[in-house]
Amino acid sequence: MSMSTILQHCLTGISLGGAYALIAIGYTLVYGILRLINFAHGEIFMMAGYFMIFSLASFPWPIAIVITVVVTTLMGVIIERVAYKPLREAPRMSIMISAIGVSFLLQNLSTYLFTAIPRGYPEIPFLKRIFRVGDVSASFVTILTPVLTIVLVMVLMGLINRTKTGMAMRAVSKDFETAKLMGININRIISVTFAIGSFLAAVGSILYFTDRMSVTPFSGTLPGLKCFVAAVFGGIGNIPGAVVGGFFIGIVETLLVALGYSTFSDAFTFLLLIVMLLVRPTGLFGEKTVEKV
Amino acid sequence: MKKYAIAVLAILMVGSLLFAGGGAEKKDGPKEVVIGVFQPLTGENGGGGYQETLGIRYANKMYPTVVIGGETYNVRLVEADNKSDKTEAVTAAHSLISSGASVIIGSYGSGVSIAAGDIFQDNKVPAVGASCTNPQVTLGNDYYYRICFLDPFQGTVMANFAIQEGATKAAVITQLGDDYSSGLGNFFARAFRDLGGSVVSEQQFQTNATDFKSILTNIKAVNPDVIFAPSSIATAPLIIKQARELGITAKIMAGDTWENSSIIENAGVSAEGVVLSTFFDDADPATAEASKFIEGFRKYLVENKQDEIIPAVSALGYDAYLTALRGIELANSTKGPAIRDALALVDIEGVTGRIIFDENGDADKDMAFIKVVENGQFKFLKTVSVI
Repeated sequence: MSMSTILQHCLTGISLGGAYALIAIGYTLVYGILRLINFAHGEIFMMAGYFMIFSLASFPWPIAIVITVVVTTLMGVIIERVAYKPLREAPRMSIMISAIGVSFLLQNLSTYLFTAIPRGYPEIPFLKRIFRVGDVSASFVTILTPVLTIVLVMVLMGLINRTKTGMAMRAVSKDFETAKLMGININRIISVTFAIGSFLAAVGSILYFTDRMSVTPFSGTLPGLKCFVAAVFGGIGNIPGAVVGGFFIGIVETLLVALGYSTFSDAFTFLLLIVMLLVRPTGLFGEKTVEKV
Repeated sequence: MKKYAIAVLAILMVGSLLFAGGGAEKKDGPKEVVIGVFQPLTGENGGGGYQETLGIRYANKMYPTVVIGGETYNVRLVEADNKSDKTEAVTAAHSLISSGASVIIGSYGSGVSIAAGDIFQDNKVPAVGASCTNPQVTLGNDYYYRICFLDPFQGTVMANFAIQEGATKAAVITQLGDDYSSGLGNFFARAFRDLGGSVVSEQQFQTNATDFKSILTNIKAVNPDVIFAPSSIATAPLIIKQARELGITAKIMAGDTWENSSIIENAGVSAEGVVLSTFFDDADPATAEASKFIEGFRKYLVENKQDEIIPAVSALGYDAYLTALRGIELANSTKGPAIRDALALVDIEGVTGRIIFDENGDADKDMAFIKVVENGQFKFLKTVSVI
C-alpha cells in the first residue's frame, strides 16, 4: 500500500470518526445526567437527515442548516418531555423501554411518511468542493468533520466547566436528589442536556449524510448502535471518552474495510462492546463507581 | 399463564389449518383468475420493483381478461411487497399463494426470487421471472421461468465491451450476500480474464453500506481502466460520486439495474460516461407489440407521475404478464401444474423480443443493449449479441 493510499484511508477514517463522536456525545450526556441510554438518539440523527432534505428543497443552504438544527433540537427536547419526563419516578427499566418505543415509533413513522425508498441527500456546494493534494483527494466536508467535532467538543467542555448551567449539569450527574434539594431546576437542566445532544446529532447528521448522500428510515439504526458502543468504550458519562471512542471506531472500521475484511467491520464494533464490558465495564475513561452505603 | 399460552397457540394452529385450505377459486360472482405480483416496493430495490410493477399493471389494463374453457375470466392482480429482503420474500410468497394466485410474476432482484423459488415449487404454483438475471433462479426449479437474459451472458457482454474499449485492467465491486451482485461480478471477472484482461482488484461491501471510500481508495491504488460495480439503484449513485470525489477517472460500468433515472438524478454530473447493459431500448422497438407498448406506456408513466423514459424492467414486467397470460390460455386451466406445463410451450412476440423457453425455463435471449450516460440521459450505444 502506497503512502497516499494510507493517507487517504486515514482521512476517511478520521472523518467518519468525527461524525460518530458527535453522536456518541449525545448518548454519553444523557446517560451522565439521567442514567438513561437514549435508544432514540440514532433516530433523531436520521430525522435530522430528512429535515435537511425538506428544508433544502425550499430554502438556501444557510437557512436550511439553521432550520434543520433548530427543529432537531426541539424534537429532542419534546421527546424528553413526552416520553421520558412522566417516567422520571418510575424504575429505570421503564424509561429505557420507553426510549426503545420512541425509536421504533420514529422509524415506522418515517417509513410511513417518507417511504422506505432511499432519498438522495441534497448537496451543499461549498461542503462538496473537492481538494486534491498529490494523489490524495477529499471533499471539504471530509476535512471539516473532524475539525468541527474538536471545536464543538471544546465549546461543550467550556460550557460544562465554566458556566452556571454547566455546573448545575455536573451537580445533577453527581447526585440527582441532592442537586434537587439545592434548588437546581432539574427539568430545565435535563431539557438543556437533550437540546445539546440533539443539536450535536443534527450537526453530525449534516456532516455524515453530506458525505454519504442517501437517507432511509433505517439509516440511523446502525450508526446509532455504533455510537452507543463508542460511548461505552470511552466510558459512558464521560465526554472526552465518547469522542475518543467515536474516532477509534470510525478509524478501525475504515481500516478493516481497507484491508479487505468488510465482512467483519460491523462485527468488530460489537465484539469491542462485549470485550469492553467483560474487561473494563467502566470504559477507558469511566469513573470508578463507589457503592454508597 | 402457561396453560393460556398453550390454549391460544392451539387455537391459532387450528385456525391456520382452516385458512390453509381457503385458497381455492371463489364459487360465485364473475369468474376470475389471480396473478400474483411478487415485487419489492420498499427497501433497497424498491425503486426498480415499482417500475417493474408499473409494467405489469399496465399490461393488466391492456389485457384484463383471459379465456379458459370457453369462458371469459377476469384477471385480478394481487401484489405482495417482498421488501428487498430474503426473509420478507418468504412471507410475501406465502401470502400470494394463500390468496389463490395461479401464476406469479417476479421478482425484481435475484436474491429474493431464489429465496421464494422453493415455496412456489412446493406449492406447485409456476412463477415467471421478469428481470431476475441470476442463473440460480430457474436452475433446478421446474416451476420458475424467466423471460430475460442471464448474468453469465450479461457479464460476458460487458467484459467484451470493456476489452473492445481498450481496457486491460478491471476492478470489480460486489455486495456481500447479494446473489445478483456477486454472481454478475464473478461472471464479468471470469469473462474478462478469459479475454486476456486482468482483474486487479475485487472489493466487497455490506448491504446498506453508504461509505465506499475505503474500497474505492484500494481500487484507486491499483489504477484500473474500468470498474465493474453491479449493485442496487440505491447504492449506485453513492459509488459513482465517491469514486469521482476520490479522483478516480476509470470508466464505471454495471449491469441492468443501473438503468434508472434516479441514479443520474442523484449522482449528477458524476454519472456522465457510466456504461451499462440492459434488456430494451425504447428508441428502437424490436416488434409490433413494442411500438404499441412504447406509445401507450409513455402516457401511463405520465399518469403515474413518472419520467417519460421507459425503464427496461417495465417492458419486462409487461412481457412477463403476457407470458403468464398465454400460459393460462394454453393450459386452459387455473391449476398450477397445468400452467407450468403450458408455459414451456409459450411462443410469443413480446416487447423485448421473441419469448420461447429452453428446458431450463430460461428465455432464449441473446441480445443486450449497451447504454451510456450522456448529458444526463441514457443514450443507446450499441447492441451486442454473444453466442
